[in-house]
Amino acid sequence: MKLGALRLVPAPLAAPMPAQRARVGSGELLSACRVAREAGAELVALWVTDDSDRGEGFCVRVLLRADDGLLLLEHRLPDASSRYPDLASVFPSAARMQRAAFDLTGIAAQADDDRPWLWMAAWPIDRFPLRRDFAASPSWQPGDEDYRFVRVEGEGVHEIAVGPVHAGTIEPGHFRFQVVGEKVLRLEERLGFTHKGIEKRFTTLPIAEAPRLAGRICGDSTVAYAFAFAQALEGLAGVAPPPRALWLRALALERERIANHLGDLGALGNDAGLAFGLAQFSRLREDVLRGNRAAFGHRLAMDFVVPGGVARDPADAQLSAMRDEGTRIADDARALRTIYDEHAGVQDRFRTCGRVAPDLARMLGMTGLAARASGGTRDLRADFPGVPYAALDVRAMHREQGDVAARVAVRFDELFESLRLVGAIVDALPPGAIAATMPPRLPAGLALGSVEGWRGPVTFAVETGTDGAIRRCHPHDPSWQNWPAVEHAALGNIVPDFPLINKSFNLAYSGHDL
Amino acid sequence: MTATAYLSQVLQVAVALALAPILVGWINQCRAWLQGRRAPPLMLPYRTLRKLFVKDAVIATNASPVFRLAPYVVFGAMCCAAAIVPSLATDLPFARAADAIALVGLFALARVFIALAAMDIGTAFGSMGARREMFVGFLAEPALLMVLFTASLISGSTSLPAIVDALAHRDFGIYPSLAFAGVAFTMVSLAENARIPVDNPATHLELTMIHEAMVLEYSARHLALIEWSAALKLFNYSCIGLALFLPFGIADGSDWRALVGAAPLLIAKLAAGGAALALIETLSAKLRIFRAPEFLGTAFLLAVLGMLVNLLLGS
Repeated sequence: MKLGALRLVPAPLAAPMPAQRARVGSGELLSACRVAREAGAELVALWVTDDSDRGEGFCVRVLLRADDGLLLLEHRLPDASSRYPDLASVFPSAARMQRAAFDLTGIAAQADDDRPWLWMAAWPIDRFPLRRDFAASPSWQPGDEDYRFVRVEGEGVHEIAVGPVHAGTIEPGHFRFQVVGEKVLRLEERLGFTHKGIEKRFTTLPIAEAPRLAGRICGDSTVAYAFAFAQALEGLAGVAPPPRALWLRALALERERIANHLGDLGALGNDAGLAFGLAQFSRLREDVLRGNRAAFGHRLAMDFVVPGGVARDPADAQLSAMRDEGTRIADDARALRTIYDEHAGVQDRFRTCGRVAPDLARMLGMTGLAARASGGTRDLRADFPGVPYAALDVRAMHREQGDVAARVAVRFDELFESLRLVGAIVDALPPGAIAATMPPRLPAGLALGSVEGWRGPVTFAVETGTDGAIRRCHPHDPSWQNWPAVEHAALGNIVPDFPLINKSFNLAYSGHDL
Repeated sequence: MTATAYLSQVLQVAVALALAPILVGWINQCRAWLQGRRAPPLMLPYRTLRKLFVKDAVIATNASPVFRLAPYVVFGAMCCAAAIVPSLATDLPFARAADAIALVGLFALARVFIALAAMDIGTAFGSMGARREMFVGFLAEPALLMVLFTASLISGSTSLPAIVDALAHRDFGIYPSLAFAGVAFTMVSLAENARIPVDNPATHLELTMIHEAMVLEYSARHLALIEWSAALKLFNYSCIGLALFLPFGIADGSDWRALVGAAPLLIAKLAAGGAALALIETLSAKLRIFRAPEFLGTAFLLAVLGMLVNLLLGS
């Protein structure tokens, strides 16, 4: 990133793409973010680290991404009572990250909204799990919390509260609608029901166990999470995986994208009342998952990506089966796309529904698939192509309309692109070893990992201590950026269209709540 | 009326009670086949009913007697309707007790009670479902009445047995008015029975539900009665449709032997109707809820056209 206007002193940072870290002093954080935003940067993640055991107080870390790489801003705070500037005026998506950071570390931003985000009275409100002196007690009982939803006043306005327990077996999220008749005046989300203490768990886990935990943060993106975590660990260790491992990782990542896009396309048809679509796309997805089990040892390719490389080498027959199956899936998906496109009823539901205009998407800092349906063009595979994507010439798909139909169209386009990539990877897969040896003990330091999962960029920041153990590990799901956009997408739509809008985003609960 | 007639009456209701869940099972099977899935067992609705009847009911603490009473009222209304609708025979004791307008009133009674029960609990979904159900109902009922009036004009009576007698024994000929009415009736039936494209009986998305949103709080025997009533309603609508538009083979008398003879033909007609319903549901997507007025407005228009054609052409 062009730092001329920022007057920062950057230091290099281990990451799979160009990355720098820089200290920002008090008063500089907000202006640095503003300059970066004007230069086109977007907020990737925000987290707080407790370094009080080293006598260094706390550190607020703000990770930004621009066209030329990542920039990590580090802002030191002397003690727990210090506050840092509210970044939501520059990056709206920072608001929830700041609230979550407070719940976990007790370090508050100077923001008006002091409501908790992840805290749900599972631990005392004055205790913070990511503090060094935190000790959980089995005597803590779940308590009650009084969360202040914003209410809309006026004649005929009423409230519909949905979830976290739903009529179907789906993940927990609470949605508070303020409606007039069927029209949505306001939607407010409440998330955090699947908070499991993942970040805390990383710091108590032997490092050999950590990759398995990383692969279980968000089941539908297990490859992306394990991949990004492995990148960070490799960055710390200074290990470069062999080429074959990198190609196989990309293969697993693209197959994860294919499986999820197929599942979503079916579910979107089903939510519009066309159960035929669900049945057909589920069949195709099942074929992909069975191929995964044969080649990667697991239907979702869980634990296939490991630090240093990959866990197993698929046989040639399984790889060529993937290529042949890809041709067949592409043919079937093309036929199904024609059915969706020409079905008046389905198109009536999809078009203009849940629209996020490109300007709004840019303002909110949306990322990943949902951003690309609203005019965004960023895709890590195309913007920072490493091995093997540089050799594959990935095209980032995008649409301008920003409605459900656009998100469906981007899914179809990416599905066909990923099917092409799978064929290209299988054809050009280099021979050789599938894993490099990781050192038994990691040096102290900080490294990043970031890959384009099917929802968007999945990012890991891993910090190790002098004992080689994980001091702080922050996984970041693209859903953090996109959940607020769902609130906007629902505005002005009717209540019964919300499930379709929500499905067209299909954001993570587990990956977000951590 | 002889004892045989009453026996036949009981037989017709029993056949309706027994066949209704199977009809639902059959439609689900056809839907699965058309979607390319393996079909659930035909008798699955029966197993569901048995499961629900043996479970313990959970009732919200703030529920009033209306909530407990509603399933029985709805089930009773549907049983009465099954007695009135000439599914197997025309000349049954109960059929004289009510005409087509009373039948529509009976369905409205059930609708009012289920909507009251839905609002009784005070959840957002109950009120939302009740609101939508009334919204669909007030659009569907006039269209249904118009369809029945068209048939009444042909037979000169609003009594269902008289209508069926007149239609079944008329000279062979094409009645354009009945063609309009038939299309209108199909559209109304889809809406009234919470089928795609107006409602989706298979959805798990509470925000999109109409009928299901109203019964979310029911469990065990209450839910079993509601589900059975929904199946009976579908059965009754199917039988009304068959009686009006395919009245052949319905027994004239009230002799139970004639009823037994009429049963295989009824089952064949229901099977064909169920398959057609599954086909419609598979081919359509669900409408946005504010398209329902257009859909039911079209049904009303067609029904009125049917009447006008009848008045103008005298057929």
